[in-house]
Amino acid sequence: MKTKLTILASIALAGAALAAPQTFDFKDPKGINNAAFKLDAPLEAINGSASGISGTVTFDPENPGVTKGKIIVATGSLMLPNPMQKQHMLNDKWLDAVKFPEITFESKEFKNVQTAGDTTTADVTGTFTLKGVSKELTAPVKLTCLKDKLGQRVPNQKGDLLVIRANFTIKRSDFNIMPGQFEDKVSDTIEITLSLAGASPK
Amino acid sequence: MKRTFRIIAAVLVVGAIAFWVAAGANRGWTKTRVPKKVVDEVTGLEGIQWQDKFVPGVDFLGAALLGAGFLAGVSFFVPAKSKQP
Repeated sequence: MKTKLTILASIALAGAALAAPQTFDFKDPKGINNAAFKLDAPLEAINGSASGISGTVTFDPENPGVTKGKIIVATGSLMLPNPMQKQHMLNDKWLDAVKFPEITFESKEFKNVQTAGDTTTADVTGTFTLKGVSKELTAPVKLTCLKDKLGQRVPNQKGDLLVIRANFTIKRSDFNIMPGQFEDKVSDTIEITLSLAGASPK
Repeated sequence: MKRTFRIIAAVLVVGAIAFWVAAGANRGWTKTRVPKKVVDEVTGLEGIQWQDKFVPGVDFLGAALLGAGFLAGVSFFVPAKSKQP
């Protein structure tokens, strides 16, 4: 009887361990992770990207609705094709990268969660912080859990990958970035596309 | 000398326009780097790598036209070559 109980307890523990939420680290050694941004003003279109991504997401494949996490973008990693434009973008009048070195998104809640195979789609609500101003926003997100694929991406490592894709728009005026100024050249609306892969080594 | 200035100005204008058109007729500002998309085979994610590349924009064209205008203007103040008897 005692042996049976021990076996059952072991199986239950193993099951719990397998179903436990995993923490994925989004600091990408391959440098693929990026946040692309687009501003389409009447006189000028600005396309850039940021590569300084970090943060962690806790994801449970058995219960994706309880996903939690925070993604951080280093403000100084924002890149534009024109060096002078980049300099202006990071200066104290625009993003003030020295005073506000991070742009963050911290998830609070996942709604409309739908899972098919290894892919989950949902609407994530969280707090987006830019230039020291925090606003709540909701964005559609696609999460793909790639089991045992970490080794294919990072040699000599075993584990899983979590791929996150999200698109959303913000208004720079909401974040006190030169509100109402130069809107013919620098659009108020900023389209942001996140393409991220996080690793959970075993 | 007068003629030389005008020829240089014309060559500058034609050369700048030809270079601008050949580089893709970029109607934005001059770029010194361009994004190149790379696909991660494992995740399917599209990454962005920045490569150093000079792509002239309208500011480049404007500077060339200003330069040519300046040279053409200077040519009016250069005394004409006196004819040898």
